Amino acid sequence: MTKISVNEVTKCYAGHTALDRISIDIPEHCIYGLLGPNGAGKTTLIRILNQITMPDSGQVLINGEPLGQKHVASIGYLPEERGLYKKMKVGEQAIYLAELKGIKKAEAQRRLKQWFDKFEIGGWWDKKVEELSKGMQQKVQFITTVIHEPDILIFDEPFSGFDPINANMLKESILELRDKGATILLSTHNMASVEELCDRITLINKGKSILEGKVSDIKRQHDTHKREIVVRTTTPQAIYALGDTYNNIKVEQTDVEDEMRLTLYSATSNDLIAQLLQNGQLVSYKEVLPSMNDIFIHEVQSQNQAS
Amino acid sequence: MNKIGLIIRREYLTRVRKRSFLIMTFLGPILMAAIYIIPIMLALNSSNENMRIAVVDESHWFEDRFQDNKEHTFVILPGQPIDSVKNLVKENIFDMALYVPPTQLNIPSNAIVYSIRQVPMEVETYISRVMQKEIEDQKLMANGVDPEIVSAVKTDVNLSIMRMDEKGNEKETFTKVQFSLGIALAMLVYMFIIFFGGQVMQGVAEEKTNRIIEVIVSSVKPFQLMMGKIIGVSLVALTQFVLWIVLTGALYLGFSAFMGLSNPEMLSSGTVMTQQISNENVMNNESVQSILQIVHSIDFGTIIATFLIFFILGYLLYATLYAAIGSLVDNNTDAQQFTLPVTVPLIVAIISSFYIVNNPDSSLSVWLSMIPFTSPISMMVRIPFGVPIWQIVLSIVLLAGTFVLMTWVAAKIYRTGILMYGKKLSYKEIFKWLKYK
Repeated sequence: MTKISVNEVTKCYAGHTALDRISIDIPEHCIYGLLGPNGAGKTTLIRILNQITMPDSGQVLINGEPLGQKHVASIGYLPEERGLYKKMKVGEQAIYLAELKGIKKAEAQRRLKQWFDKFEIGGWWDKKVEELSKGMQQKVQFITTVIHEPDILIFDEPFSGFDPINANMLKESILELRDKGATILLSTHNMASVEELCDRITLINKGKSILEGKVSDIKRQHDTHKREIVVRTTTPQAIYALGDTYNNIKVEQTDVEDEMRLTLYSATSNDLIAQLLQNGQLVSYKEVLPSMNDIFIHEVQSQNQAS
Repeated sequence: MNKIGLIIRREYLTRVRKRSFLIMTFLGPILMAAIYIIPIMLALNSSNENMRIAVVDESHWFEDRFQDNKEHTFVILPGQPIDSVKNLVKENIFDMALYVPPTQLNIPSNAIVYSIRQVPMEVETYISRVMQKEIEDQKLMANGVDPEIVSAVKTDVNLSIMRMDEKGNEKETFTKVQFSLGIALAMLVYMFIIFFGGQVMQGVAEEKTNRIIEVIVSSVKPFQLMMGKIIGVSLVALTQFVLWIVLTGALYLGFSAFMGLSNPEMLSSGTVMTQQISNENVMNNESVQSILQIVHSIDFGTIIATFLIFFILGYLLYATLYAAIGSLVDNNTDAQQFTLPVTVPLIVAIISSFYIVNNPDSSLSVWLSMIPFTSPISMMVRIPFGVPIWQIVLSIVLLAGTFVLMTWVAAKIYRTGILMYGKKLSYKEIFKWLKYK
């Protein structure tokens, strides 16, 4: 079922079109990646979903109903540019932000305690925000985003400012939230995390969606049939010679002594492998699907050149 | 609690708990009390040191005219050359030297005081007054007039001002009291608007620069946040105001108990001072009876009621503008170009209040007390002199209407401004925001 449906949404600012009749359908219980270069219109779209700005035309449906004030409590938003009141105490501030989302004080306190323990920041409840390290502030910020247990979560660059350990903790929390039933919109430039987390993505450029679908499907579609073969051999000359007999094969020494890597663009390579086996030992054979990073660059550049 | 209530509560509590609020709350009354306590203390025990003044009078007119008192002692040094007397000043034997060159009648006397240090105002005034009087007397005598006659005909006229209404009721008014009261009220409104309006602006700018704004506006409407902040700060202002009145009263009573019981006259003169800052001429000459009359002549009910209305509405009007400006702030230098147009009407109002106290019913005064941007201050200047009720009502309606209109404008600017970073803004661009959906 479609959780969020963006229909033909257009938003213009003085002089430029931030969103140009964009349509996106986000299914329930998935992590949906919103990708795009800087200035593509991601933040504008996210602000429209949060009702911070209004679209010029088009509409947004949540569970099939037009987006309205009642949805404020069912959305949790972690903006890219985030901050807290520096002079306010951590606990007091978290309660305040929860109350603004419509949670009763006692209930907010109970849930916050759990989250604070989980993120190991329980001892900081009565400290002022300015006394916290950046990473701890990020944790507090994340907690305040999810405290009202919304069924829609919007994370804009959630991993920035986290060290690998905390980033991992965050990643697990995001997956856990999805498993509990939340629909998550993830906007990021970190393609590694897109591959790890996202079920589907849409790539927008210049206010338009240029690529949409399941991550695995997209990768398959962009498959260049790149394969990597590594062999161990005592006769590297023979491998180089073998490589020359095929078109489009790159042969090189790996970092390991006696190991050679062959890179080719062909789905079938049985003949090659058979010949390689005569000259050495097969270490690995790998299908190299394009990374989201490559797809991102390829798609955006080809669209920019076309226009 | 609804969302705007939550915002008001946060704005109020965080400000009231600040150390600076406590300091202002206690410092304010002390400063106000100091305004009338210090002059009295100084008058009571003027411990000024005695100035020793050497006089070299080559005209020989003034030699026996200067009289010694606590502040100064004159030493006549006849026939001494001024240069050697100047050396005595340098050696600190005298504090200063007065040199009067040979004087002929009809020629203005140009005496010189030599001193290492700054010459006290009283000494300067005393010397010139003595010399002036002597020269005038000499001139009168030269024209055959006895100076005794001149001083005998000097008269003081005591003019009472009675205001009448249509029913023929008469009421004595005291212009000097009204004058001081008008200026004091205007100053108070001005200070409160600048100070607490500035707090609203800072608060908005703070939320923008520390980037919490986007989190907040995903929970509440920008308009709710803006109004919550403005109302929260206004409650802080009222709290401060009430605390000031209570504390000033307590301080005053304490001071009166300390000083006044031994000196009843001081107590009563203090009463007047609280209402009119300080006006020595009035109180020194008036008896307790007429002071009570003065107090009686002031319509405190109207003054307090109109003060509260104009102060609150004036604050609200300016606070919305300050909120809009705060939303435009990216760095502090940027804020300057936008604060100026808002501050100008306030400054115009406060400067013109010195005109209004002298002409409270002139057409310019009436206009200034009607125009919403100056009326909170200008009307308060006029109130102690008595203002027709229709003018007060009209001014309030105009002010409230403008507040509503400006809230609409400010909300539009605020909504866009708070999310705008790193962009140089022009008035033309901001004007466009008003049309955004």
